[in-house]
Amino acid sequence: MSHLLRGVAPLGGTPTDLLIVDGRIAAIGPDAAREAGSAEVVDAGGLVALPGLVDLHTHLREPGREDAETVLTGSRAAALGGYTAVHAMANTSPVADTAGVVEQVLRLGQDAGLVDVFPVGAVSVGLRGEQLAELGAMAQSAARVRVFSDDGMCVHDPVLMRRALEYVKAFDGVVAQHAQEPRLTREAQMHEGVVSAELGLAGWPAVAEESIVARDVLLAQHVGSRLHVLHVSTAGSVEIVRWAKARGIGVTAEATPHHLSLTDALARSYDPLFKVNPPLRTPEDVEAVRAGLADGTIDVVGTDHAPHTREDKDCEWAAAAFGMTGLETALGIVSTTMVATGRMTWADVARVMSATPARIGRVDSGPRAQGRPLAVGEPANVTLVDPAARWTVDPAAHASTSRNSPYGGMELTGRVVATFLRGRPTVRDGALVEAVVA
Amino acid sequence: MRHLLSAADLDHATAVHILDTSAEMAKTQSREIKKLPTLRGRTVVNLFFEDSTRTRISFEAAAKRLSADVINFSAKGSSVSKGESLKDTALTLHAMGADAVVVRHQASGAPHRLANAGWLSAAVLNAGDGTHQHPTQALLDAFTVRRHLRGTAAEPDGVGDDLAGLRVAIVGDVLHSRVARSNVDLLTTLGARVTLVAPPTLVPVGVERWPCEVSYHLDEVVDGGPDAIMMLRVQRERMGGGGGATSFFPSPLEYTRQYGLDARRLARLPEHAIVMHPGPMNRGLEISADAADSPRAVIVEQVANGVAVRMAVLYLLLAGEREDEA
Repeated sequence: MSHLLRGVAPLGGTPTDLLIVDGRIAAIGPDAAREAGSAEVVDAGGLVALPGLVDLHTHLREPGREDAETVLTGSRAAALGGYTAVHAMANTSPVADTAGVVEQVLRLGQDAGLVDVFPVGAVSVGLRGEQLAELGAMAQSAARVRVFSDDGMCVHDPVLMRRALEYVKAFDGVVAQHAQEPRLTREAQMHEGVVSAELGLAGWPAVAEESIVARDVLLAQHVGSRLHVLHVSTAGSVEIVRWAKARGIGVTAEATPHHLSLTDALARSYDPLFKVNPPLRTPEDVEAVRAGLADGTIDVVGTDHAPHTREDKDCEWAAAAFGMTGLETALGIVSTTMVATGRMTWADVARVMSATPARIGRVDSGPRAQGRPLAVGEPANVTLVDPAARWTVDPAAHASTSRNSPYGGMELTGRVVATFLRGRPTVRDGALVEAVVA
Repeated sequence: MRHLLSAADLDHATAVHILDTSAEMAKTQSREIKKLPTLRGRTVVNLFFEDSTRTRISFEAAAKRLSADVINFSAKGSSVSKGESLKDTALTLHAMGADAVVVRHQASGAPHRLANAGWLSAAVLNAGDGTHQHPTQALLDAFTVRRHLRGTAAEPDGVGDDLAGLRVAIVGDVLHSRVARSNVDLLTTLGARVTLVAPPTLVPVGVERWPCEVSYHLDEVVDGGPDAIMMLRVQRERMGGGGGATSFFPSPLEYTRQYGLDARRLARLPEHAIVMHPGPMNRGLEISADAADSPRAVIVEQVANGVAVRMAVLYLLLAGEREDEA
């Protein structure tokens, strides 16, 4: 199977031709057309080529909540969003805290075959924050787990966090922390501030995130480990990460599309579509997260794709589940908020949505290498984006099993047109390739 | 008016109009025959997810005196406790042809969802949601304040007037109080100057954007000479003494000492000032018996005015502007 992408702009640069043969990038530039032979020609004029996107933060819900998402439907959503790899978070049922469960998720991903599914392992048994899970067994399993997280729950015990940070050094792992001080956020429903005071919803204060981020960067410094801070949502957290990086601490940080684009004012609708954890924050926080992403303080965009059934959202705010879907809109949000506004280039997008997340997850080498440069000889994980396309989000049309996107009706600039996984198109013309679906 | 969800949704003219209508309703309540035929054939559902006998019977009396059919639906334990969901309850009421739903719910925003989620077409009247709003309480409080401080020989209820320039102190657990939020919105819309008085732990983060003053010192506010002082109920679970680290104040005794309306503070209030409480009272905690039973306490009258105000709101929701949607 070979494809010649004609007139494509790698990372938004000068248009050229790019030849994909047998799962690898065979040629770029004038050579491509010469060597194309019988390759299928794809008119990619006006399109930007990015390395296949890599999500460090996806909830695929399987095993356990197949009514909200399965590995297969989540993989479809990911491919449509331009992803060639996702990291599946561990808060499934049963929790991915043993080699058996992570290998099950790995196999489900391979069966779906649309993206590389890399299981994340739980830090603690049952996400309970009491005892380390068998991290070594998961690291040595067929799933080769390198990212460990209790996401959804905070590893709040400082001793357990220290032990986890130290222990994963043995296999070059990283602890991805959901920073939420539990005592400061009991019953919390939304960002604590002007809007929560007005709405009478229990507050989730910024300090509950920032105090954990501050503690964890100091722990990471003390033991010399890699820390990854998930879904940074406050201006204060951005400042702490900036300070930590200036001191040479091994910390990386993530922003979600929703914390780059939405504010707590949306809670005034009391529509639980806007209920998420950590919560939507103030416009000042959104600006700080954008600035942090633009200046490199924040390393990656992770979707925190969190599908929920209708009954878990079609209710009063306090009874609703936290979370929103994001795989199918992430690139559009980043494009709209960061690229169309001139704050980032497409090369920056490739860095924060592909190369860096792959490096943090240690999936940037080996036979299934992700996040590699668009260069001859590299695996042909390629996403084609129409940077000028304006489109309106329609959650009913999403491939995800769930419909809890907060962006319904919103117009975005920049759309995924095609996705190639090791040379095989999973998405063409913005739709799943039928042969793959069948 | 399509729904009444929040006191913040009422502009000055609408608020005065509701109070004036309430005054008309109050007049009918001194007649021997209290019942009016206005809402004959209309169905009002009292949907209470949270126990509140006082509020429910007030709404029930109001609806019945307007000749509406009243259905009491006590739905304790909503989807939170895995009972029937709010949505299914709403669909049921819609199928039964409810014209108005009076809803009390422990979750802030539940009435907002009922009104806006497309589950039912009835008018929704918020009878208290979580720690958010309780607009008819604010209306009855405003009615009571206006009657006492703006009433004249010709207009004993102060009809046509607002509360411009009056100073109202609201004292107690502002953080968890829908009564405080509703009153700050409505009383300031009507021109009053509101001061919230509470220990800092019971004032919400974000209060600085509210159109009112905040004080941590009841004595200073009392000596400032307010025209009305409203004492809020302190919930047992917020208290100290065995409550552990999350208690909002050290002990009930300390709360009473700092923020209780006792005989000493009562005596320092201006001659004309009225004492209010939304009930039910914790006598000896936020309000002493001296204050609660003093001639300047209007607490029992607040209850009576509640019926008139709720009649007015039901009337305006169901008999008034609804025609334009037919």
